Amino acid sequence: MSLKSSARQVDGITVLDLSGRITLGEGSVVLRDTIREVLGKGEKKILLNLGDVTYIDSSGIGELVSAFTAVRKEGGELKLLNLTKKVHDLLQITKLYTVFDVKDDEATAISSFTK
Amino acid sequence: MATRVAYTLDSTLDSVNMVEQTAEQLAIKAGFSEEDLHKITMSVREAAVNAVLHGNAYDPGKKITVAYETTPDALAITISDEGKGLDPQTVPDPLAEENLLKTSGRGIFLIRSFMDEVKIRELHPGTEIKLVKHMSVPETGAKEQ
Repeated sequence: MSLKSSARQVDGITVLDLSGRITLGEGSVVLRDTIREVLGKGEKKILLNLGDVTYIDSSGIGELVSAFTAVRKEGGELKLLNLTKKVHDLLQITKLYTVFDVKDDEATAISSFTK
Repeated sequence: MATRVAYTLDSTLDSVNMVEQTAEQLAIKAGFSEEDLHKITMSVREAAVNAVLHGNAYDPGKKITVAYETTPDALAITISDEGKGLDPQTVPDPLAEENLLKTSGRGIFLIRSFMDEVKIRELHPGTEIKLVKHMSVPETGAKEQ
């Protein structure tokens, strides 16, 4: 199963609901293109909902890091929402849990963005 | 009794997916827990990606070989490529502060984190990596005399 992405706007924040796998190849490309497209529209506050992401490999982790730095470079914010246990554990052992702002409640996540 | 199967595959992403799926099927059949299943499939995927991408660089003239060995208490997967070789000592530490935001370089680290035994050997040319996962002994399943 490859990665699917759908975007919605909540209080000026772009929420990207992702589902599937973020792995080397198609999954990573979908994420990269989606972030590029959103940034291209001038939307710089992005919440990645990973609740339905079943699997991320090291390439996918790299793509999340790449998205994080790309958004930050544009002066924006990128946060993560609804990590599965597998993804949570991956971010813990790679020490990226301290890099990303991770939320488990959408309303809290939305209100945490800089106004 | 050990069961061993081996394949020679092209250096493609399709091969990576096949290597991962075969490992998953064997791990399920062997009775690994769901948590171990994820650790095994992810490690095997990372090793296969290293072989196809970093080793053989998608070269259609170079193959990867994959061998799976199942014993009553372990699953071993050996993957080799025909690339320029990998010295594990030269792989930067992905947990170092200066490497945290790098977009690559976590594969070997994840493999070492998830598997019980990892052996990397240079083949001249190429690299061989052997991954072993032992069946966990259930804590409540102590042997009765």
